Amino acid sequence: MVKRQRKPQKSVIEIFKIYLLEHARVLFASLGRIMKTPFTSLMTVLVLSVTLTLAGGFYLMVKNIQQLSGSLETSNQISVFLKTKVQEREAKTLAATIKGLPEVVSVKLIGKRQAMEEFKAYSGFGDALEALDNNPLPIVLQVLPVAKSMDAAAIKRLMDKLERYPAVDFAQLDMLWVKRLQSISALLQRTVMVLNSLLAVAIIFIMGNTIRLELQNRREEVLIAKLVGATHAFVQRPFIYTGFWLGLFAGVLAWILITLVVFVLSEPVENIASLYQGQFELLFLSLTETLGLLALSALLGVLGAWAVLFYQLRQIRPA
Amino acid sequence: MLTFDHVSKRYPDAGDALQNVSFYLAPGEMAFLTGHSGAGKSTLLKLIAMMEKCSRGHIILAGKNLNRVSERQIPYIRRQLGLIFQDYKLLLDRTVFDNVALPLVVSGYHHHEIGRRVRAALDKVGLLGQEKKYPLALSGGEQQRVGIARAVVNKPRLILADEPTGNLDPELSEEVMHLFEQFQQVGVTVLIASHDIDLISRMNYRVLKLDHGQLVQEG
Ligand SMILES: Nc1ncnc2c1ncn2[C@@H]1O[C@H](COP(=O)(O)OP(=O)(O)O)[C@@H](O)[C@H]1O
Ligand SMILES: [Mg+2]
Repeated sequence: MVKRQRKPQKSVIEIFKIYLLEHARVLFASLGRIMKTPFTSLMTVLVLSVTLTLAGGFYLMVKNIQQLSGSLETSNQISVFLKTKVQEREAKTLAATIKGLPEVVSVKLIGKRQAMEEFKAYSGFGDALEALDNNPLPIVLQVLPVAKSMDAAAIKRLMDKLERYPAVDFAQLDMLWVKRLQSISALLQRTVMVLNSLLAVAIIFIMGNTIRLELQNRREEVLIAKLVGATHAFVQRPFIYTGFWLGLFAGVLAWILITLVVFVLSEPVENIASLYQGQFELLFLSLTETLGLLALSALLGVLGAWAVLFYQLRQIRPA
Repeated sequence: MLTFDHVSKRYPDAGDALQNVSFYLAPGEMAFLTGHSGAGKSTLLKLIAMMEKCSRGHIILAGKNLNRVSERQIPYIRRQLGLIFQDYKLLLDRTVFDNVALPLVVSGYHHHEIGRRVRAALDKVGLLGQEKKYPLALSGGEQQRVGIARAVVNKPRLILADEPTGNLDPELSEEVMHLFEQFQQVGVTVLIASHDIDLISRMNYRVLKLDHGQLVQEG
């Protein structure tokens, strides 16, 4: 009784093949098991997918706001407000002069009437403005500086120069609120990062709880497998795969939910965007991000399962 | 094959279940382990199967001191054993085939090999042709034979049976015992815990008798 009898010699490739086959077997066996308890599985998948949808939604929100502030950054244009008494003809001459400046690419004139129309349309004060006899809005020249990369000092110099024209009331850099938007977006990004980390933890806990219940239901099976010589890895494999499947299904469902949300929101968002003359298009998850979502949800499922198994399997005696 | 060297087992809340037990079981030997209920029979078998750890002494199984076996190695020790239980411990939602195949599946056998061995084991216990049935469709005697097929499918060198006939009528008990004799005849070591004195005395094998955790009769 000193050495193991029988056990035919197997090649490494053979052993590896059996190992892969075993994994494939358990992968589909766990899938079959999930399908056998559709209600419980569906509940878990639903809860997980709602959590994932929240996280994905937050992510998309940040992504879109970043896009918005990004696209605005490229148009660091200067709005030059003329004095109210300045008339259209004088403004046109000034516009031509400014356009002649070497630092300027283009100048766009927004007349009193046009300014009023836009203001009426977007402010919601249409009727109130109707009551005014004369148009109180000044003419505005939108000046686009040469280089997008013009540094702050150069822009400041250009603005000072513009303000020295007698017809000019003041010049204002549109960048200001872009900067604000950018800092808000940075803050938002951090907030979402924290929220999403919490949601990831929630997913791990939800999955852990599901696996814990599953483990309780299959306690006898685990025990018997151990008694006939199953290793820890063998015993926990089906549960890990259960976590994988539930996570993956939740990811797919979350993707569908996110698509629905974006679809519902896209029209109102595009309406708002058109108000700001932005060529803003609501961004959706890219292919990479979609794959990332699925991979992440499956991974969180596996992690949740693994975390519970790590503690619970050791509780099932005998070892 | 199996050596108990001054083995004691104390359960934290129940005192000594085994005290200073020493014996030796030769390869290919068959023996009965007997004693009153609570004498420590199950405990002794659990120590061999590493379901419990002994408090004192040494157990040597096939040349290996079980005190020096790490938790990770336990599965590999168990694969050398065939365990049989009074309550059969079958998986009721699996077919007879799957139940018997379990020890091979956990050891990573190829499925051709599994099919061949499972049928051979079922043949030995007289259940060939029943492999698609579920355990509850079988009688108690048949269920226990499924349990025995599962225990021998891995060709263990030591079979440990804990009250294998406890739930069976005398006739079926005899049949089951006869099965064990057949395994012993092909060289397997067999240790059977039982308090069925009648049955044991009718068979001519070595008897180890426990009384309150102490070995009072050996031979
Ligand atoms: N897991 C356990 N925890 C505490 N005490 C136990 C445990 N298992 C058995 N015992 C005690 O150990 C003694 C021997 O039990 P056991 O080995 O089951 O005897 P037998 O199988 O001969 O009836 C009994 O007094 C029993 O109460
Ligand atoms: Mg007992």
